[in-house]
Amino acid sequence: MIYDSTKRKHPAIEELLALFRYRDLIYQLVRRDIVARYKRSILGVAWTMLNPLGTMLIMVVVFSHVFDRAENYAAYVLGGLICWTMFSQSTSMAMNSMVWGSQLFRQIYLPRTSFVVSTILASMVNFILSLVPLGLILLISKIPIKPSALLLPVSMIFLLAFSLGVALLVSSLAAFFPDFADLYPVLLTAWMYLTPIIMPLDFYREILNGALLYINPFYYIVNIFRILIIDGFVPHLQTWVAAAVTSFGMLVIGWLFFCLKSDSFAYHV
Amino acid sequence: MHTMSNNSINEPQQDSTIFLNKVSVKYRIPNEAINTFKEYIIRLVQGKINHRSFWALKDIDLEIKQGEIFGILGRNGAGKSTLLKVISRILIPTEGRVWLKGNISPLLQLGAGFHPELSGRENIFLNATLLGRKREEINEKLEEIITFAEIGDFIEAPLRTYSSGMQARLGFAVASAWTPDILILDEVLSVGDAAFQDKCLERMAGFRDSGATVLMVSHSIDRIRTTCERALWLDHGKIQVIDLADEVCNAYTEFLSI
Repeated sequence: MIYDSTKRKHPAIEELLALFRYRDLIYQLVRRDIVARYKRSILGVAWTMLNPLGTMLIMVVVFSHVFDRAENYAAYVLGGLICWTMFSQSTSMAMNSMVWGSQLFRQIYLPRTSFVVSTILASMVNFILSLVPLGLILLISKIPIKPSALLLPVSMIFLLAFSLGVALLVSSLAAFFPDFADLYPVLLTAWMYLTPIIMPLDFYREILNGALLYINPFYYIVNIFRILIIDGFVPHLQTWVAAAVTSFGMLVIGWLFFCLKSDSFAYHV
Repeated sequence: MHTMSNNSINEPQQDSTIFLNKVSVKYRIPNEAINTFKEYIIRLVQGKINHRSFWALKDIDLEIKQGEIFGILGRNGAGKSTLLKVISRILIPTEGRVWLKGNISPLLQLGAGFHPELSGRENIFLNATLLGRKREEINEKLEEIITFAEIGDFIEAPLRTYSSGMQARLGFAVASAWTPDILILDEVLSVGDAAFQDKCLERMAGFRDSGATVLMVSHSIDRIRTTCERALWLDHGKIQVIDLADEVCNAYTEFLSI
């Protein structure tokens, strides 16, 4: 094996190849995240399902008096909540994993994206588990699961790509400015209220003719997810394109930004 | 002889393991430390971000042959750790070329990356993959690692139940399970009790005898003089002398006594 610092490809491509070479590491890190999370709790895996279910119950009780009972509100809230939880938790955890990883980066060579990628993948496993309570609520609400649900994996890939893109972006910011980690939860809270997660879609449609929705990239991702599983039809092509462009666009931006900055991580003592 | 050969080579040779050509590393230090995002934005708006730069390494030419035992001398802050970081791929040099053949032992603190909730076995896999090992390679060495670390039945217990000595032994056992082509010895080993230290030193000697190139960083001039064939003396990021270990040690001793 020969290493030559002058014969490196573009950092973004170099990183992609390195990540592939270190795929066993990614597997071990994902495994560690999942095993460590469930090892010391009695209910274990059940928490991943009970957590969004509990929040949903509170929302349904609180908001059923505020709004005049939007259609399928319980499933609507739960669907939105599990998407948002996946996004907000995975990006925050990825950011923190970089803080932990930066000690390692000063001691050994590792693909710089490995901690971020593995954190997002581990969160995806949790997301898949949280589909179980959603199925339960659909059953209780007597919402039939239509064939459109077969396309759910595609919308999950959008969610994954978008989360990874944002995670890479905020992780590189946090690597340079530690206090960004304190700012990010505040930004996330604001973002959540600007996104149709808890309040019904009609509420946002009335503000500025829905402009608030169209400039919000996360709307496209949560929207397609809900259409497929709750509304039960296959959306228009433009809905797919919007979700694909936002999620993969975010991934490319995040990847490029991270890789171009990552060489200087080790310089930043 | 040796000093001459280092100045005249522009390409790595057949028997080179480490080859550095005009390698420089420039650190940029903000004049006042800006550590927070808020401060950065304020400064950016005010247009007040000044950087002072300094060269941690400047124009380093170095060629080390396969199987050589090479010493690095220098005071604190002379650039020794930056040089090691550049060689172990952690830092991309600002200028110049770093060329390496073969795999390099990590500068890792033993057991970095261990997770307290995972079992010893799971931690072996985690730690070894951090060092760039493949799953099959780890499976091959698993029994040997467990035996060497003297962990015994604890191997299935979570790491938080281990004593600090057991953790250190496990860390060393994993880090040294594979013979590296280039071995970096930074500071003196202090793992576990005296008996285990002997075992560590024995293993290190084994690596050296099996033909690994050894880079040794030490504050002890005598240690460099007795173990190394060649050495360099680094000061202010520049090579002051590069020659036979004896000559370099003499020059460095003389410099220190002034």
